[in-house]
Amino acid sequence: MAASGDINADSEKFLRGKYAIVGVGETAYVRGSGRTTRSMGTEAVRKAIEDAGLKPSDVDGMLSYSYNDSTFSPTIAGDLGIRPNFYMDVYGGGSSTEALIGIAMGVIEAGMCRTVVIFRAMNGFSEIRIGGTGGRGAVAPVGGDGLFTRSYGLSSAGQMFCQSFMRHMYDYGTTPEQVAMVKVIHSEHASSNPKAFYKKRMTVEDVINSRMIVKPLHLLDCCVETDNGTAIVITRIDRARDCRHAPAVIQSVVGRCCKPRPDMHYQAGPISTVAGHYAKDILWPNAGLGPEDVDVTGSYDAFTFTTMLQLEDYGFCKKGDGGVYVSDGTMRLGGRRPNNTSGGHLCEGYTHGVNMVIENVRQLRHDIDDSCPMGANGKRQHSYDYREGGCRQVKKVEVTANLGWAMPGTGSAMVMAQDNR
Amino acid sequence: MTVRGEYLGMPLVINDLQHEYREFFGYCAKHDLHLQNCDDCKLFRYPPTTACPFCASPKATWKPVEGKGTLYSYGEVHHAIQPVFRQYSPYMLLLVELDTQKGKPGEYDGLRFTGNLAKPDGDLAPPELVRSVGIGTRLRIVYKDAGDGISMPLWTIDETATQPAKPWRYAIE
Ligand SMILES: [Zn+2]
Repeated sequence: MAASGDINADSEKFLRGKYAIVGVGETAYVRGSGRTTRSMGTEAVRKAIEDAGLKPSDVDGMLSYSYNDSTFSPTIAGDLGIRPNFYMDVYGGGSSTEALIGIAMGVIEAGMCRTVVIFRAMNGFSEIRIGGTGGRGAVAPVGGDGLFTRSYGLSSAGQMFCQSFMRHMYDYGTTPEQVAMVKVIHSEHASSNPKAFYKKRMTVEDVINSRMIVKPLHLLDCCVETDNGTAIVITRIDRARDCRHAPAVIQSVVGRCCKPRPDMHYQAGPISTVAGHYAKDILWPNAGLGPEDVDVTGSYDAFTFTTMLQLEDYGFCKKGDGGVYVSDGTMRLGGRRPNNTSGGHLCEGYTHGVNMVIENVRQLRHDIDDSCPMGANGKRQHSYDYREGGCRQVKKVEVTANLGWAMPGTGSAMVMAQDNR
Repeated sequence: MTVRGEYLGMPLVINDLQHEYREFFGYCAKHDLHLQNCDDCKLFRYPPTTACPFCASPKATWKPVEGKGTLYSYGEVHHAIQPVFRQYSPYMLLLVELDTQKGKPGEYDGLRFTGNLAKPDGDLAPPELVRSVGIGTRLRIVYKDAGDGISMPLWTIDETATQPAKPWRYAIE
């Protein structure tokens, strides 16, 4: 089986720096939105287009993803008067964001459209809960692949991933306290995020003492479930430079890169290694830089463990040292390389990845929406005081990396940078 | 013909298009573990597939495999999602690595079965049994009959095997 390292990533690097994210938008992150995914998707898309300084008629491509729990592009397009030259609605959750960004670049490059909006709208708490409680599948007859999973009470994301997490602890001596620090640090970040669903700062003890869901996952090792719409606008760099904000320029993107045996990833070991091990060999060569050049990360935190496993396998630390990396202060605001400065899925809200991209776009713009006072130029005057209720803008941020997670065997990633024309 | 069964109150169904699953569970119904063995590269695979994951050959023969192995990793569910499992919590989500084909074709590969910890009669394990099992525990396959042409494979502690002095368990009980 060919490793992704056999791909001559350099051969495609001509798209490096050619596309950018120019607009971002989101609804509130809530439990009990009291409205449809159509309404939330429309709001997020409208705000993202407005943020880009564009009109709906300037957008002619649409992409979305869902687990059949959302509203498709044509409906949102209709609500906003968009006439798509291209749209596609795909099946998928985590890691779809970066993959669809790559697809957007491809369809624009192919001349199929000019500017694409990607959205994800979900009532992840009040309609379809991803954790499965009360979900449609929980009581249906067991057949097909489910005979090897649901028949054993193996159905939710936590239940599907826990063996990989546990094996990492076995292989490398990773401790519950180290992993809990992911939640602690993300909760610190969320305490300065007015949009975050959970703003309370948590301690290692809070995580360890929260009730066990599925070993090794305590309740606070698991992300929040929320209702929200999120959207981003992508276009070619020349058009991006005419938009309202400084473009977040895409350097490299990897979409749904897999370990061997994506049908049942446990068959291919080591199981404490995740898809990032393969994705990194596409991500870094295409971007023309490495993990040491990254200022801010957005490592998907469906669980505390997913943040750690990805940072480790993308090479931010030595294999097996993930527990140390996530607990030594590196990824805290004020640290060497903050991760998920919004609080991520553990604290801000659950969006299947879009909010982590939105946050990094704002970091690169130097325009994080914290509580720092507005200046005369309409931009916040950031204090870089990272105490509760304070600043979350990283002082020096030129390069960001998003690491999207679908499951241990599948992931996506993206590197963005400030425009250095 | 569609195979129908019932396990722990859950309706099970294998429709008549799913030939590979029908074969696998049909052998299980005879309390006899068989896996597909590739006619070309001679490797076994799990779960059943429609071609060989190692050489893409469509040709395979069902062959007997010894149902013995070692616990490779696990999760332990304290908050059940499927209503039927609430009464059995905490229950173990096992990943059992068979002795057969261990470390093949790659150094870290193997035939790793998903499943639950059970008593020798196939009933799900009580909490004290759950607490005695960890990575390294030697396990053997058992079956719970679920209907005509289908039994569920499960795993129990192998009484005849040499067990590790202290199997590896998550730090907090
Ligand atoms: Zn073969």
